[in-house]
Amino acid sequence: MTLLEVKNVVKQFDGHRALDGVSLEVPENSVYGLLGPNGAGKTTLIRIINCITAPDSGEVLLNGKRMTAEDVVHIGYLPEERGLYKKMKVGEQALYLAQLRGMTKKDAQKALKYWFEKFEIQTWWDKKVEELSKGMAQKVQFITTILHEPKLLIFDEPFSGFDPVNAEQLKREILELRDKGVTIIFSTHNMGTVEDLCENISLVDKAKVVLQGNVAEIRASHATNTYQILTKKALDVNGFELIESKQKNGIFESTIKKDLSDTNNLLLQRLMKQTEILSFQEILPSMNDIFIDTVTPKI
Amino acid sequence: MSKINLIIKREYTTRVMKKSFILLTFLTPLLLVGMIGLIVWMGGIKDDNIKKIIVIDQTNLYKDLLKSNESYSFEYVDKQIDTYKNNPDQIKEITALLYINGDLSKNPEAAVLYSEKQVNMELKSYISGQLNKYIEEQKLAAYNIPDLKQMVEKSRTDIDLKTIKWGEGGKEKEGSAELAMIIGMITAFIIYMFIVIYGAQVMSGVVQEKTNRIVEVIISSVKPFELMMGKIIGIALVGLTQFFMWVVLTVVISMVAGSVIGKNIDADTLQQVSQMQQMGMQPTSTQNLPPELQNLFSALTGMDFVKIGGLFILYFLGGYLLYASLFAAVGSAVDNETDTQQFSMPIMLPIIFAIYAGIFSAENPDGPLAFWCSMIPFTSPIVMMVRLPFDVPAWQIILSLSILILSFLGTTWVAAKIYRTGILMYGKKITWGEMWKWLKY
Repeated sequence: MTLLEVKNVVKQFDGHRALDGVSLEVPENSVYGLLGPNGAGKTTLIRIINCITAPDSGEVLLNGKRMTAEDVVHIGYLPEERGLYKKMKVGEQALYLAQLRGMTKKDAQKALKYWFEKFEIQTWWDKKVEELSKGMAQKVQFITTILHEPKLLIFDEPFSGFDPVNAEQLKREILELRDKGVTIIFSTHNMGTVEDLCENISLVDKAKVVLQGNVAEIRASHATNTYQILTKKALDVNGFELIESKQKNGIFESTIKKDLSDTNNLLLQRLMKQTEILSFQEILPSMNDIFIDTVTPKI
Repeated sequence: MSKINLIIKREYTTRVMKKSFILLTFLTPLLLVGMIGLIVWMGGIKDDNIKKIIVIDQTNLYKDLLKSNESYSFEYVDKQIDTYKNNPDQIKEITALLYINGDLSKNPEAAVLYSEKQVNMELKSYISGQLNKYIEEQKLAAYNIPDLKQMVEKSRTDIDLKTIKWGEGGKEKEGSAELAMIIGMITAFIIYMFIVIYGAQVMSGVVQEKTNRIVEVIISSVKPFELMMGKIIGIALVGLTQFFMWVVLTVVISMVAGSVIGKNIDADTLQQVSQMQQMGMQPTSTQNLPPELQNLFSALTGMDFVKIGGLFILYFLGGYLLYASLFAAVGSAVDNETDTQQFSMPIMLPIIFAIYAGIFSAENPDGPLAFWCSMIPFTSPIVMMVRLPFDVPAWQIILSLSILILSFLGTTWVAAKIYRTGILMYGKKITWGEMWKWLKY
């Protein structure tokens, strides 16, 4: 089922078009990646979803109904450029932000107690924000974003400023939230996390969606017919192209490219005649490669 | 609780809880009362030493005329002046020596006051006053006209031009042009100060939220207009709190200070009055206060403080709201505090102009400059305060307030549009033209 649907959204700024007919569908209870180079229009799109700015044309539907300002309560938004009041105490500030998102003081206190214990940061409650490191402040911001249990979470570069240990913890929390039924939209440049977390993506470039779909399907469709093969003997090039070959501890590792018309079995039959095959694996392009390939202007 | 209330509450409490706010709020009235007290106290310091004055009266006409009092003791001696003149030890013990060597009614210069150090004015005028009065009476008596003394006493006049304002139904109020001017200038200056100080606070608050990027987080849960108005109203409440605290604290501190040194003041004024009586001046009233002070007090009671106070609050709020929203718009358009100067200058200019217009209006409160500047919303909060104690017609006040209210609604609307776009715009040098375009988004 689709939770959020963006339909043909156009946003024109003075002199340039930030979004040009962008459409996407975010299935419920999934992690959705919103990718794109800097200045592609991601932040504008997220602001439109959050009703911060209005689109010139097109619409945003939540649960099949046109979104209104009241529906924003169902969204938890962690912006890329995020800050906190430096002079305010952590606990006080978290309470304030939670109340602004419509929670009662009592509920907010209870929920904050739970999350502060989970993240083991109870001792920060009376600290001023300026005493926290960047990563610590990010944790507080993460908590305030998810505190009011929104149906839809939008994270813009959530891992920036985190060390690997904390980034891993954050990933676990995000997946845990998804398992509880929350839908998550990710905007990031980190393609590694996209492969790890996202089921579907939209790649936005120059105000337009240039690539969209299931991550696994996209990677398969970008397959270049390359395979990695481990064998006991060096391979004779016969009916395929050898890209690279190296020897390690008596095992030959070769990267080959087969003809498009050949099936995998046909290739294997040819290889089996030559030597014993230890491993055979198709090399799928990483999202990073696909990203670069898609947004780099073709000559 | 609605969101705007939450924002107001946060803006208010974080500012009121600041050490600098608490310090400033409590210290300012203390300093004010302290300074006034210091001036009064220093003026009222009396020498405890009784000053000794030797009188050598060779004519024997003025024996026992000069009476000793708390400050001076007069001692009549039958010695020659040379015994003191050539004897420095003896002269050190006395303050002065009065030498009378002739009939003062015939030769007014026959009395000389000798001293080692220059004698003070008070002593000199005391002695000459006493002598003058005595000689005058002597001369009058010499005319041998019955009741002449009383006639002269009656003919003595002291013109003190009172200004009385006619109120409704012929009700009379004593007025004072000086007082009206002082009250007008003080209230106008307070409004000026508050607009500048708290307007700047709104601006730096907005800049901080923007540079902190906290605005990105908040704007997803509240409307930009709510955030802006919450800040403006919260800071207005801070200003009002500070003002009321100052008024209350000043009253309390001066009452406490008054009761502590109250007895001294009473004794002092009593003494002054009795001294004036001795010197032949008749206090105009039975109350033991100097006449100038009495006039001031009756003029003060003639002022309509409820009206001035109420209008002060209205003009303060109106003027502040007008400017604060503009300051907020400027804060939203720039990227950091140093860039604010370029854009806040056009806002500061009318405020500075207003205070000068106010000063000139005090001299001619019904002139064209005063009238027009009290109608133009950018100057009216300051200029109208200067004019108010001089009694401005009700229609002018109503008209000026209406213009002010309409204008701040207008500026708030314009500011909200600039603010909405500005707070989410980073890393761009903003021009006036750019801000004009934002109005149309």
